[in-house]
Order: sequence, then C-alpha cells, then structure tokens
Amino acid sequence: MHLAALPVLLPFFAAVFVLFPCFNDRLPLQRLLTQAFLLALVFIATVTLHVTLRDGPIAYAMGDWQAPFGIFLLADSMSAFMVLLTAVLALITHLYACAGEDTTGRYFHPLFLFQLMGLNGAFLTADAFNLFVFFEILLIASYSLLVHGGGRERTRAAQHYVLYNLIGSAFFLIALAVLYHAFGTLSIPDMAARAATLPEESLPLAEAGGMLLMLVFGIKAALLPLHFWLPRTYASTSIPVAALFAVMTKVGLYSLWRIHGVVYAEGNGELGGLGMNLLSILSALTVVAGTLGVLSAESLRRLIAHLVIVSAGTLLMTVAMGTTEAVAAGLYYTLHSTLMAGAFFLVAGLIILQRGQAEDRFVRSRPLLVPKLTGLLFAVAAMALIGLPPFSGFVGKVFIMQAALDSGDAWWVWPLILISGLAALIALSRAGSTLFWRTQGSVLPEVRERLRRLHFVSASLLCLMTVALVLAAGPITEWSMRAAQDLHDGITIEQMNGGRP
Amino acid sequence: MELVYSTTVGVMVACSVFLMLRGHTFAIVMGLTLMSYAVNLFLFASGGLELHKPAILGETDNPTDPLPQALVLTAIVIGFAMTAFALILAIRARADLGNDQVDGRSTPTDNLASKDKEPRERPKTGKNAGGKSK
Repeated sequence: MHLAALPVLLPFFAAVFVLFPCFNDRLPLQRLLTQAFLLALVFIATVTLHVTLRDGPIAYAMGDWQAPFGIFLLADSMSAFMVLLTAVLALITHLYACAGEDTTGRYFHPLFLFQLMGLNGAFLTADAFNLFVFFEILLIASYSLLVHGGGRERTRAAQHYVLYNLIGSAFFLIALAVLYHAFGTLSIPDMAARAATLPEESLPLAEAGGMLLMLVFGIKAALLPLHFWLPRTYASTSIPVAALFAVMTKVGLYSLWRIHGVVYAEGNGELGGLGMNLLSILSALTVVAGTLGVLSAESLRRLIAHLVIVSAGTLLMTVAMGTTEAVAAGLYYTLHSTLMAGAFFLVAGLIILQRGQAEDRFVRSRPLLVPKLTGLLFAVAAMALIGLPPFSGFVGKVFIMQAALDSGDAWWVWPLILISGLAALIALSRAGSTLFWRTQGSVLPEVRERLRRLHFVSASLLCLMTVALVLAAGPITEWSMRAAQDLHDGITIEQMNGGRP
Repeated sequence: MELVYSTTVGVMVACSVFLMLRGHTFAIVMGLTLMSYAVNLFLFASGGLELHKPAILGETDNPTDPLPQALVLTAIVIGFAMTAFALILAIRARADLGNDQVDGRSTPTDNLASKDKEPRERPKTGKNAGGKSK
C-alpha cells in the first residue's frame, strides 16, 4: 500500500516538475499544472481518509526496513483528516493566488508545493526525527513564501520568524537527543510501547525531553509566551500565504496530540499526563491574550491573526483535557477554524484590493466596489469564527464544551470559550461597520482592473466550507471520534510489520 | 571524558545564548551557528560516549550506536541550509530596513557594539542611505 507515501511524494515531484526550465516564463501553465496537482492531492487525501476509516491505519515502511528499525510513514484516520484539510485549504488559497498574487515574485508555485510536502510529511510521519526533518522542510518553504513579493514590513516579520524558528529547531534537536537516550528509539509507536515500562533512571530524562518537545510544539502552535511571532507574520505576508499559514499552527497542535497524547498518555505510568497542568494554564492564558489582541487590533489582518491565536488556545485546551472526546471535538474544531481563518484572510484580501491606500485599517475610507457580496462573505466568515449559529463554529464550540463537561473541566473552559466569543463578536461588528459603512469619496477607478472574478470565486468557495461542515456535521463528528480513538489506541510494532508480504 | 565533553557543550551553548541576545543580526546568526555546533555534539553523545569502538555489529562485543551519527549528519545538513538562509535574509534586511538591528530600529540598541566605535548605521532610512554616509 503506497497510499501513505503519496501525499508527501506528489507535492515533491510536482514542485520539481513545475521548476523545469520549460515552464519558467509561462505563468498560466504553471498555475494550471499546480491546480491539477492540488486537485490530485485532494483526491488522494480523500481516498486515504476513506481507506483508513474502513481498514484502519496504513503503515508504510520506507525502504522496507522492519519496525522498529525502519523509518515509517503512518496514515491513520487522524493524519488522513489533517492531510485532507491541508489539501482543500491549499487548493482554494492557490486559486486565489492565481488571480494575481503570484506575479509579485518568481517560484511561487514550486514553493507552495514544497510547503505542502512539508506539511503532509509532518502529518504522516511515525518517527520523531522525521517529524523534525519535515518541520524543517515546511519551515524553509514558509520562510520563502513569507517574504515572497518583498517589502520592508515583510522582511522585518520574516527576520523575527526565521531567527525564532531556528532557535526552536535547536531545541527540537536537544529534545530528540534526550529522548533517544531515554527511550532508545525515536519511532513514536515504539516510544509509546516503552513509555509504561521505562527504567527508573531514564524517567527524568524522558520527562525533560517531553517538556522540551512541548516548548517546541508550543512555538509552532502559538502557546502563550511563545506566540508573539504570529500576529506580525500573518498580518504582513501576502493574502494567500496568510490563508495557507492558518494550517501552520495546527501542525504544532497535531504534534502535541501525536506525541504527548500517545507517548505521554494517561496510564503510561510515571510519564502519564506530563505537563498537562502547565498546558491547561498556558492555553487558558493564550485565549485571554488572543482575546485582548482581538479587541485592540487596528487592522483586519491583525484581528484575524489574533483570532487564530484564540482558536489555537481553544484547541490547546482540548489537548490539556486529554480525553478521547476532547480530541474528537478538537479535530472538528481544527477543521473549522483552519478553513474559516483561511476564508477570513481571503475576505480581508478582497477588502484590501477594493480600499486602496487605507488597505484593511479601521479608518474612514473609500466605499467598496462590490459591497454586497464582500459584506456577505465577511458576515459568514465572521459569524463562523465567532461561533454563532448556524455555522460550523457554533457546532465546534458546542462539541468542545460538551467534552469539557464530560471530563470535568467545564468550570474553566466554558467561561473562556463564551467570553472570547463575545469579545470577537464585539470586535468584528465594530470592524465590519467601519470597513463597510464609514465611507467617503468615490470608488477607486483602478479597483475594477485589479479585482478579478477568481478572487470572489475562491473566497466564496472557502466560506462555503463552513456550510459544508455544518451539513456534514453528523458523519464528520462520527469519523473524528474514530480518528481520536485510532490516535489513542496507537499501533503496535507487530501491526506495523504485519500485512506485509 | 564525560566532564570535558559536557563542559564543551555547555560553554558553547552559553556563548551562543549571549550572542543571540544581542540586537544585531550578524551576532545572532553567529550565535545560531555556535548553537547548532553545540546541539550536534549533544546529539552525538545521545547514544552514549564510547572510545575506540566501531559502529558495526560483529566487530566487537559492545559496538557504539550508529544512529546518533546518522542523526547528526542530517542535523548538520539541515543546520547548514538554515544558516545560509538566515544570512541571506539578514543581508536582505540590511538593504530593506537600512540597518542590521533585529527590530529594524534606526538607532542602535546594542550598547556593546556602539561603545568603542562610531555607530556604523546612521539613523537613515531608504536603500541608498549606506552610500551617502561614506
């Protein structure tokens, strides 16, 4: 079964293919090819999800070395969900980029595909060191995408982001060295198997390594004292890249699920529930900090970036709760918040294109050329992210609150979720009324040329995802329960080696 | 052996932390390089320190662990690429922002750098600021 390797290999070969010299100066062809590859990726991800839900996890031994010595890719329904989410988000944000954002610099399309390779690899790997390698692949692609197009603000943000993440990578390596010494392996299923019976003298090392890993994933997932890179990065980069980056914080979250939810799961002896008390405090504070940021933001992109922080905090709370129900609710909320943050960035892009120099700052400015459709999309994305019915944010938040009630964490989770929702409602209604109603002068003449139909098509498509998530809420929650159960059960070494000829 | 090894790693990390806390991009990149050396040494030691033992099964009763060597090799390659990228970005930022402060401020914030000599970066902005000051 090569299905588990395809989501990594396809973007890689596609990126190399698009880099061939014959496509160099033919942007339309590059766009068409990348779209075709992304469509194929969505198809593969759908098939992977279907197969994993039907037959259970697929373990893929690279080079056919046996577990636990070989390096494995592992596609269970959890990782298949994340791969599908990434593929859908990438397809639509790339469509938006094709409307003109990719002309500001070269190699946008190969970089976009390399980014997907790194993301998919991080979701699919079953080896902690390979997780590091794929993190680096997705990071170096994201560095380049971040500065794509250039400009002072972008360079400044990129400098912070790059240096910060390089320090994070150094910590990742230290953590891996410590863990290798403690566990004697870096294969995640093998680590999980050994965690319960670790010898006494290795326990402090295993704990230190686990906490260091939490630090590293906290950087990626925008946990409170480590999240300061996020607002400037997201607010200064180009719109399609910001929308794609909505999935980046989820990589850290997913890694927390994958490693701390399995290796350091409750019931693994001394190591069970490592750092979860700290994580619950920090995630709650993340929500508070994000909410304050939402209320004080001066431009729409900054506001959305802080909403991303709020949703990251909300998701980290589900990690801290640690039950299977919480993970399932977190998975649904991940799907929703990633797609909707992406959609909101695209809507912000529409607004920036139409407002000229005022961009997306909350100041009095020229009226929009297409106020009705833009306003409708704004309202849908805003209501979804706030968590108002009938959109997916409401469903997602209800699931998380139910899970909190079952695990006895309702007393601190409920107020945070409800108050952050209220704050988002206030901030977004103020933002919307400024952007759409406080107008003066006339519509800019050059807007008509800059604004393409493709911009609206892609933004609407991504906004429609919230409706899709609500309509399919029944099956999706059922599958996410299965995915959380799969993640919890893990996979044994025998299973990884079994099913092979 | 262990003492010398761990002291080396510790001193290198301490130096790199000092360099990374400076305000200039060059110092930070130097700090990151030093940090990656220290991390590579640390990673190398994770399989246990053994002297004069081959990493091949069958040669001796107690061979060294070959996996950390493979990990270090990967980490070196990745660290090299990342340092190169950080340097290019630092040069780009020097051109775009007009100085080499990490936060892009026009006045030097690093007292250690400006104590004994004239600050090289004049508080000017724009791309041609460097040419005029000479």
